[in-house]
Amino acid sequence: MAHTAAAAYDKLIFELSSPGRVAWSLADADVPEADARKLLPEKHLRKDAPALPEVSEFDVVRHYSRLSRMNYGVDTHFYPLGSCTMKYNPRINEDMARLPGFARLHPLAAETLAQGALELMHALAWDLAEIAGMDAVSLQPAAGAQGEFTGVLMIRAYHLSRGEKRTKVLIPDSAHGTNPASTAIAGYEVVEVKSLPNGEVDVNALARTLDTDVAAFMITVPNTLGMFEPRIVEITELCHAKGVQVYMDGANLNAILGITRPGDLGFDVCHFNLHKTFTTPHGGGGPGAGPVGVKAHLEPFLPVPVVTKDGDAYALDWKRPKSIGKLQAFWGNFGMLVRAYTYIRTMGPDGLRAVSDNAILNANYIMKRLEKDYDVAVPGPCMHECVVSARRQKKLGVTATDIAKRLLDLGFYAPSTYFPLIVEEALMIEPTETEAKETLDQFCDAMIQIARETEANAAVIHDAPLTTPVRRLDQTKAAREPDLRWSRRP
Amino acid sequence: MASRYIANTPHEQKQMLGLIGAGSIEDLLVKIPAKARLPRPLGVAAAMAETDLIRHLKALAGKNADADSHVCFMGAGSYDHYTPSPINHLISRGEFLTAYTPYQPEASQGTLRTIYEYQTMIAELTGMDVANASIYDGASSLGEAALMAHAVTDRNEIVLSRSVNPLYKRVTATYCEGPAIRLRDVAAPDGVTDLAAAKKVVGAKTAALVVQTPNFYGCLEDVAAAAELAHGAGALLVVVADPVNLGVLEGPGKLGADIVIGEGQGLGVPMSFGGPNLGVFAAKKELVRRMPGRLVGATVDSDGARGFVLTLQTREQHIRRAKATSNICTNVALCALMATVYLATLGRRGLVRAGELSTAKAHYAAERLTKIPGVSLRFAAPFFKEFALKLPKPPERMVTRLAKQGFLAGVPLKTFEHALADCLLVAVTEKRTKAEIDAFAEALEKAVA
Repeated sequence: MAHTAAAAYDKLIFELSSPGRVAWSLADADVPEADARKLLPEKHLRKDAPALPEVSEFDVVRHYSRLSRMNYGVDTHFYPLGSCTMKYNPRINEDMARLPGFARLHPLAAETLAQGALELMHALAWDLAEIAGMDAVSLQPAAGAQGEFTGVLMIRAYHLSRGEKRTKVLIPDSAHGTNPASTAIAGYEVVEVKSLPNGEVDVNALARTLDTDVAAFMITVPNTLGMFEPRIVEITELCHAKGVQVYMDGANLNAILGITRPGDLGFDVCHFNLHKTFTTPHGGGGPGAGPVGVKAHLEPFLPVPVVTKDGDAYALDWKRPKSIGKLQAFWGNFGMLVRAYTYIRTMGPDGLRAVSDNAILNANYIMKRLEKDYDVAVPGPCMHECVVSARRQKKLGVTATDIAKRLLDLGFYAPSTYFPLIVEEALMIEPTETEAKETLDQFCDAMIQIARETEANAAVIHDAPLTTPVRRLDQTKAAREPDLRWSRRP
Repeated sequence: MASRYIANTPHEQKQMLGLIGAGSIEDLLVKIPAKARLPRPLGVAAAMAETDLIRHLKALAGKNADADSHVCFMGAGSYDHYTPSPINHLISRGEFLTAYTPYQPEASQGTLRTIYEYQTMIAELTGMDVANASIYDGASSLGEAALMAHAVTDRNEIVLSRSVNPLYKRVTATYCEGPAIRLRDVAAPDGVTDLAAAKKVVGAKTAALVVQTPNFYGCLEDVAAAAELAHGAGALLVVVADPVNLGVLEGPGKLGADIVIGEGQGLGVPMSFGGPNLGVFAAKKELVRRMPGRLVGATVDSDGARGFVLTLQTREQHIRRAKATSNICTNVALCALMATVYLATLGRRGLVRAGELSTAKAHYAAERLTKIPGVSLRFAAPFFKEFALKLPKPPERMVTRLAKQGFLAGVPLKTFEHALADCLLVAVTEKRTKAEIDAFAEALEKAVA
C-alpha cells in the first residue's frame, strides 16, 4: 500500500525568526501612563526582552500546519493503540465546547451566573454514575492517573475514618503503570499480585494475600489482555469479606457500556477516562478528564466542591468536612466535560450499548484474522481489544518494535507494544467501534504481510520506517546528552 | 437507529461474525457472568439529533454570564487575555487534535517539535534551564513541586506564604497527604510575604519555601530575598508565576528560584470554567532527573537527521511504576500547543507589549476606582495587573448587581480569607479599554453609594 511521506521540513519556529516581524495585533494604549517601567519598581522588571521568535502571522500558520503533517492522528490514520481507545472524536463536541457561554466562562463566576455550566456538570455526573452503577461521581480529576490518585485517597480516608490504618494496596502485574505510581504517591506500599498465565487473577493466591493490612485491590476490567475477568464477582466479595476496598481502573470501560457495570460487579470506586470511552480528543497527550465514581459509603470523602441541585438551582457544595480536598484549582476539565456530555446525549442508551457491541466485534474480528500468523496471548473471545505476541517472529529476528515501525510505513499507527508486561513481545490491538470493516481488513492484511516478510524479507522490516518524516531515532543519545531546549547554534 | 459514529452495518456485522464463528455478538460475551449483566438499557436520556442537541447546549451555555456577554474584571488564577485567532485554527487540525502521546516518535514529530518549542519558550520566560511538557494546571504543578522538593532534599516540610493562591494550597495539601509532608504558613499581612516571619519558620526541616509573584492579591514579591532566605536554610525556593506576565517581569529563575511553576491559561487557553488549564513546570538542570512529567529531547535518526523523542523516561510511571517521580501520564499537550502558538504569535515584542498594556490599564483602573468615595486599595505594595479593592458594601452583592449591568466585577475574597471579607479582587488585562474601565467605575460608584 502506498503511503507518501510528508514533505521534508526541518524548521523550528525560532529558526524562522526575522527581527521586526510581527504576528500580533494590540491596540495602542488608551490610558494616560503606559510606561510599565515608571509604574513598577525596577527590581521586578525583566532586563532584556525574552528570546521569543519574531515571525509573521502567516509564518505561524504555515509552520504549525507543516508540523501537523508530521503527525499521525485518528483523523488521518487507523490507530490501533491498545488500552488507549483511539476512536473518532466527533466535531460537534468541539463546537459545543467552544460556545462562548462555556469557553468564555470564568471559573469563579458566582453560582447564579453559571447555572448552565453547573447543570451540565450535575447531569453528566448523574449519567456517569448510571453508566458505572455508582452512587456519586466527582468530575474534578484532570486525567485517569489523577482519578486513580483521588480514588485511592478516598479509600485511605474511609479506612482512617473507621480507625483502620491499612498500609498495602494489591495490584496485578498486568496493570497500567499509573496504578502503582498513583498508589505509591497516595502513601501506600504497592504489592504486586502475579496473574495466571492467561492474564486472569489467581483467586487462590489473592485470597492468601488479603489481610487486615490491605486497603484496596486495584484491577482493570476487562483486563489488559482484553479479557473479561470471569470470577470478578467472587473477587470483589472475597475482598469485601476482609474489609478490602475494590478499585476498578476504567481505562477499558469502552468494552462494557450497557452490558455490565462496575458497581454491579461489586466495585467500590472506578474512574472514567473521558478521553477514551467518551470521545474527547487525545490532543497529542491531553488534556483528558478522569472523573471518579464511588459507592455511597465513600461519598463523604469526594473532592470539594461537589455540584448539588436544590429544586431548580445548582450550587457548589464546599461544606464537606470528610472530603479529601482538592485535585486542581477549579472544578475539573470543564471543556472536556462539555464534550463528553454532548457525546452521551448524542448516543443515548442504545447507542452506548452499540458502542461496546461493535468495539467487541471489531476486536474479535482482528484476533480471528491474525491467529494463524501471530500467537494469540489468550484464546478468545476477547472484549474490546486483543493481545498477540510476536514471539514467533522474534525467533526470526523481528521484534514487536520492528513490526510497529513497519506498520508506520504501511500507513497505520502502531499497536501498543511490550504491554501488558506479562506477554512476551506483546502487540496490544484496540480497533474501537468507529472503524469500518474495510479498515480492519487493510490492517490485518498489513500485519499478515509483515509476518510473511519476517520469513522472506526481514530487511524491509529492520529498515522501517522509511516513509515517515524521520527514521528510527537514537533514544540513547537523547537520554545521555539531554538537549531539552533550543539555542542558536554559533 | 444506526449511529453516525459506528460504521458496521448489520450485513457487515453478519459477515464478521461468520468469520469469527459466532452466531451473534451475544456469543462473544460468554465470559461475563450472567448475574453481573445489566438486565435493562442504561437510564440515560434518549439520543438526540444534532440540531436538537445544539439547541439544548446553546440553551445551557446561554444561562451563563461569560466574558463575551459581559466585560470581565475577574482573575484570581484565570484571566481574560488576548487570544490570537490562529490558535484555535491550528489546534483544531486533526493531526494535532486526534494524535496520542508521541510514543511512536517517527509518526509524531509534529507534536514532539511543538513540545520542544514549548519547553524552550517556557524555560526562557521563567529564567530556568528546563521546562517539562506540562502538568494539569498551576495548582497540581505546585503539588508536584512539593513532592519533588521533598524527594530532592529528603526534608518533610513545605513552607507556603499566605499570599499564595489558597486553592493551590488546598491542592498541595492533597498531594502531601500520602507522604505526610507538613505544610506550614507564613503570614502576608501587608499583601506580601512577611520575610522576617518566614525566617523563623524556614529551617533544617524545610524542603521548600513557596512564594507567588504577583501573588494572589496581585502584589509583587521580593523573590531574590526569598531565595536567599530559603537557600540559607538549605531549602529550595519554589516560585509560582504566571508566564504571560514574564515579558515585563523578571523570570524567577534569574532571581534564584529552583523550581518555577504556574498557570499558563493566559497564554491563549480559554477560561472554560476553570479547565482544562496549563500547568507550567520548570526547574534548574541539576534537578531534571527528579522532575515530574514528560520531557522531549532532540536527537538524530538513523540517517543522522534531526529528530525529537520523549526522553529521560526512566523517571516515569510506565517504566518505573511505583518508584516513578510522579503518576502523571496524560497531561495537557494541546493546551501547551495553544501556548506555543500564542508565544510564537506574540513573540519577543508582543509579549512585552501585552504585559505593558495590562500594567498600564490595571494602574489606571486602580486610580480611577479608588476615586470612588469609600473605595480604596487594600494593600500598598506594588501590584501588576490585579489588585484588592476594599469596598464599603459587601462585594458579593456588588458582583450580583454589576452583573446585571454587564460587568463581571471581580472575585470577592471573603471565601478565601475571612479577614478580607470587604475586599474585591479586580484584574485588568490588556483587552480592557479605557471606556470599559470608566463605565465600570461609574457603575461601581452608583452601586456602593
